[in-house]
Amino acid sequence: MNIFKKIGSSFEKLDKKLSTQPTNVKASYENVETDNLKLVIREGTISIDKMEKIQKVMKVISLIIIYGFLALMAIVVILPFYWMIITSLKTNDEIRATTQTFWPMVVMWSNYANALNKTVFDFPTYLINTLIVGIISTLGTLITTIFAAFAFARLNFKGKDILFMILLATMMIPGEMMVITNYITVANFGWLNDGSLSQLWPSVDGQWFSGARLGAYLAMIVPFWVSVLYIYLLRQNFKQIPNELYLASKVDGKSDWNFLWKVMVPLSSPTLISIFILKLMGAWNSYVWPNLVADDPDFRLITNGLRNAFSVDGNVQYGYQMAATVVVTVPLLLLFIFFRKYIMKGVGRAGIKG
Amino acid sequence: MQKKNDWRAWLYLAPVIILLAVFIFYPLISTIAIAFTKDYNYTAQSGSGFTFDNFATIFETTYVDDGSGNLTAVYSDVVKYAIPNTLIIVFVTVPVSIILALLISVGLNSIKFLKKIFQTIFFMPYVTNAIAVGMVFSVIFMGGSNGDGLWNTIFQTTGYTWVDQGAPASRAMLALCVYSVWHALPFKILIFLSGLQNIDKQYYDAAMIDSAGKMKIFSSITVPLLSPQILYIMITSFIGSFKEYTSVVGLFGRAGTLSGYNNMYTIVYYIYDTISLRQVQYGCAAAVMLFVVILIFTAIQFAVSSKRVYY
Repeated sequence: MNIFKKIGSSFEKLDKKLSTQPTNVKASYENVETDNLKLVIREGTISIDKMEKIQKVMKVISLIIIYGFLALMAIVVILPFYWMIITSLKTNDEIRATTQTFWPMVVMWSNYANALNKTVFDFPTYLINTLIVGIISTLGTLITTIFAAFAFARLNFKGKDILFMILLATMMIPGEMMVITNYITVANFGWLNDGSLSQLWPSVDGQWFSGARLGAYLAMIVPFWVSVLYIYLLRQNFKQIPNELYLASKVDGKSDWNFLWKVMVPLSSPTLISIFILKLMGAWNSYVWPNLVADDPDFRLITNGLRNAFSVDGNVQYGYQMAATVVVTVPLLLLFIFFRKYIMKGVGRAGIKG
Repeated sequence: MQKKNDWRAWLYLAPVIILLAVFIFYPLISTIAIAFTKDYNYTAQSGSGFTFDNFATIFETTYVDDGSGNLTAVYSDVVKYAIPNTLIIVFVTVPVSIILALLISVGLNSIKFLKKIFQTIFFMPYVTNAIAVGMVFSVIFMGGSNGDGLWNTIFQTTGYTWVDQGAPASRAMLALCVYSVWHALPFKILIFLSGLQNIDKQYYDAAMIDSAGKMKIFSSITVPLLSPQILYIMITSFIGSFKEYTSVVGLFGRAGTLSGYNNMYTIVYYIYDTISLRQVQYGCAAAVMLFVVILIFTAIQFAVSSKRVYY
């Protein structure tokens, strides 16, 4: 290759191209004249100019394939959302026609009013229940998580590593192992509909509060006040806070308690926000456990209300059903739009722990 | 220093330890105990001694005389529906969703224009309610007397039932798998994409100099360097698919497409049904089995991959 450099600086460009094409390069000189030097480089029978062209075409083709594939998959991903929205605006006859239309012939806003009718899908009740359960269980989890993560990240005590390993090991256990006994435990605590709490404060007509309601809330909240995964995440975050800060606060005579709330918690607020949002989304989406412990329609969470209001039988008003589904889905998507960074970071970090 | 902090640390840990003891460690032991308890009585919360009968009952095959002396085997719902369904879900949705997610992530990683928008779109199914979207899919898969849904319109399968009353199990299973893959993609894409972004560009430059082909680069650089993420995704999605339940509820609203038959049963669906039927000893036995199967699967995957996962 050094030969080319000697020929002249005008070939430097060509030389660069050559170095990216290292295989079987033959160079041949045609019409060797001092003022009109022409260089043709071949690989087999294809000249380098042609090869470049082919490469460019190949690049365009592969980009088209990539974008085409991504666009197709994106359509597949989006289609159910689109379908949900347009179905929620169709008449029942149009939904049940033999050929589907991709845009409603008559836009039925009334589907929403009908779906949110108290007798069909009692949205306000479910919303209040979900918010109460979601917020209290999230706050409780944050507190237990902050305490535990602080102890694991900053304090020294005997058996710390073993305890942490045991905690991590519990993440391997499927929840189904616990669900039956937890149901029995909650029943023994008297938190179920016919339990001791409901006898302590019997429900009175027209009164919102009752023992049964408190019991249902407790049953849906207390078992979820602990999350090993979030303890792990927050501990990692706390560990990144330099030890010098801790020692400095000790010199200033600050207690551990003060240091935790004045320094560590504010510095870890992005992780705490991620945990808060993910946990709230969890409450919004939880179905299995609330379905078991809150069988009274008044105490249902949003997802249980949704499925139970439109459980499948002969004549379902699909327009109403999809309208209710939109109402349940939109808050989640809004949360995602506003807190996209926190949600994706939180989920991603939860994933990369191996 | 160590001594001084000792009791304070335990104070900080107390809430977590108490909650874990009551809602994780005690149930773990209790579930195993109930699974091996003879004649467990739900109301009295006691039984009479040790037995393997609960496991036997789950798998029990009874023989019914059809009148002419021929015995017909009647399998339990777990053997007939729950186990085959769960295995189909596991071995269809996990590979399909992993391969799709891998292709999408590699595609996303190689583009710049519109990347953010695509990324956002592909993550959207993650922030949805499994029940709500399951209901949307059941409208998409509508067929038969209900009129034809989107699926039947696109694929020209007029009149086919997929999820409605009377749909055959095989078609219902296809609908369930399509929905499961759709719902499983975003998490996998997110993990793969963050893994891809951490791969050092040097490897690809080196491959360019050696003029390696795209497929060669994919199989010799991308996949090996992504192997920790692939292992993690494989383990979590195997476990997740073994526990499929809410997707069935969302899509079908009940345990089967034929009235009286639980043909869409999964193992976890069976476990939850035993609670309302007050036959928790069978549910506990099934849960113990599920736990053991998951442990074995995870161990196998670790063993196989210990040779193949780099770093």
